[in-house]
Amino acid sequence: MIHSRSRRSRVALAVAGGGLALALVAACGGTTKDSAPEADTGAGNEKVADPNAPIKEGLKIAFLPKEIDNPYENIVDAGGIAAVEELGGEGKEVGPSDASASSQVSYINTLVQQNQDAIVIAANDPNAVAPALKEAMAKDIAVVSYDSDAAPDARQVFVNQANSEDIGRTQIKMISEQIGGKGKIAILSATPNATNQNTWIDFMKDELTKPEYADIELVKVAYGDDDDQKSFQETQALLQSIPDLKGIVSPTTVGISAAARYISSSPYKGKVALTGLGTPNQMRQFIKDGTVEEFALWDPEQLGYLAGYAAAALASGQITGAEGEVLKAGELGERTIGKDGEIILGPPTTFNADNIDKYDF
Amino acid sequence: MNRVRSLLSGREISIVLALVAVVAVTGAVNPSFVSAQGFHDLFLNASIIALLAIGQTLLVITRNIDLSVGSVMGLTAYLSGQMFIADHDTPVIVVVLAGMALGAACGAFNGALVAIAKVPALVVTLGTLYVFRGVDYGWASATGVHQINADQMSPSFLSFGSGSILGIPHLTLIAVAALAVAGYALHNWRSGRELYAIGSNPQAARLAGIPAGKRVFSAFVISGALVGLAGVLHASYFGTINASVGTGRELAVVAAVVVGGVAIFGGSGTVLGAVLGALLLTTITSALPILGVPAFWQRAVDGAALLLAISLDRAVMLRLAARLRAERSRARPAGDTGDTEGSVPRA
Repeated sequence: MIHSRSRRSRVALAVAGGGLALALVAACGGTTKDSAPEADTGAGNEKVADPNAPIKEGLKIAFLPKEIDNPYENIVDAGGIAAVEELGGEGKEVGPSDASASSQVSYINTLVQQNQDAIVIAANDPNAVAPALKEAMAKDIAVVSYDSDAAPDARQVFVNQANSEDIGRTQIKMISEQIGGKGKIAILSATPNATNQNTWIDFMKDELTKPEYADIELVKVAYGDDDDQKSFQETQALLQSIPDLKGIVSPTTVGISAAARYISSSPYKGKVALTGLGTPNQMRQFIKDGTVEEFALWDPEQLGYLAGYAAAALASGQITGAEGEVLKAGELGERTIGKDGEIILGPPTTFNADNIDKYDF
Repeated sequence: MNRVRSLLSGREISIVLALVAVVAVTGAVNPSFVSAQGFHDLFLNASIIALLAIGQTLLVITRNIDLSVGSVMGLTAYLSGQMFIADHDTPVIVVVLAGMALGAACGAFNGALVAIAKVPALVVTLGTLYVFRGVDYGWASATGVHQINADQMSPSFLSFGSGSILGIPHLTLIAVAALAVAGYALHNWRSGRELYAIGSNPQAARLAGIPAGKRVFSAFVISGALVGLAGVLHASYFGTINASVGTGRELAVVAAVVVGGVAIFGGSGTVLGAVLGALLLTTITSALPILGVPAFWQRAVDGAALLLAISLDRAVMLRLAARLRAERSRARPAGDTGDTEGSVPRA
């Protein structure tokens, strides 16, 4: 009884404290409004962009990848941190060791408490991270998503590696060339609910409806969960269950390297084509031993660089994320913000035996 | 006595039956699942987890557990990659030995805390799960090498991981050799039998003069060396390493051990059972996509298999206990108050 009463009084205290905090915040909001009428602290969308506003000094910008040890995202974030430092700010990379949305949420909350000026996130799930991101935006923290988008109303800008459409269609083009435009193909994806992979797969399916691909049949989409062992086993299952399989498209770096490793040491080498998205370092061995002919990817460092610039511009009020605004992105030049706050890096690069040694990432 | 023994080996037989059923059903749906390449793949997939399961069995038998296996495996896999970065032509045997030594060192750390400081293994290894993983991440970020790729490792190391002799993968041969040695030692050596005694009843074991601390410590070291070996094999098999290798693997290992009939409270079970458990679980994972089970459901099926195994286990135990109790009361009708639960199945 005593225990529960003390708990109740603690709750009451917490509520009272929360109320006081709210009142203080409201009061602060009031003063800001008085001194700077343009900066409306209400909904973020009502803000007005000032393209000539200088980038603020000492911006604190945090990059939150899907998981901290994903080598691909480490490269992206390195590019982003370089951009932030170029602008005189302070960039850092933090994140969970597992690619789950719930662990990202606790990182978002911590970053909000640390009063970061901007959060740059690759969402593990578009909706699960949305409430936490909205809370961050309500506290005037700029939110940029990259690589894998969050719900459009939970971020201001999405920096897309390449037009999703280009990425999807490029992969079909590559596999079609490699299998001679004819035969059964399968897709080895990441998790079944990965935002970017699913978008690309939709575009791949759409590309396949074109008459020039009439002889190519997509028989299965398998999911390797971005885990080596699982991707291996799914590759084996594809090869076993579809004896006349001609090619595999794996739009994920973990999937394509696991599949390449399996195929390179199996009797299927040279009989089944493999392409998709991978990093040159990871795929070098398999390009050289002939397992893989050609694959694609954008430059991840540039992606991070662009996201870093977008975050700094947002935090400084140069852009708000509205369609048609122009982002000045240092050495990348300018990018125009598209529909739903989307900024596109550029078309994907393809890698093959001729050019792979020019890249190191 | 014969009855007890036949009931125990019944556990292994039931896993083999389940395995045959899974393979038969999947093979019926898709004949290439039971081709030479299909079996080759099944054994290859199970080999690494089987090595981990052998090490884990040694510990579970003594009423301990090692939750840090995934992290130790990640650390040793990363070590092998780093050795190739330092010298591209490092001989395979050196990498293997270094990996086993690092694994054994991690095991010794766990073992010292458990056996000397007397902290429960569950807590110690839960702690070292994060510590070792932290060391792994720290190492990766300090050196800036987040990923080690196939082209950075020596070709002989990669072909060691993917190669086979007479159609049997190297990895499987290694796992079978480890199984044979561990199985023989547990069954025939005095120290092996003492592990069971420690797990059955720690107090009684101590009173009987068994050096429990020493035995548990050695079990941790040996298990650690096996995990280290598994980490090196993971590196040579997958050819891509980052600091998150092996994350979450501890649960798969514990699942394999439990499905394999090793009692989680110690004192009973065999390494053969644990290895078969590992083979069964990885075979189910391989079979599900061929059977067309949607990806969303695959983990649920894995979990259901685990629950089924535990329930069966419990049912068999209860029946066995009841039967032993009945037998004992027939043999000694009066005044026997011995703890029958305690004398249930010992391998």
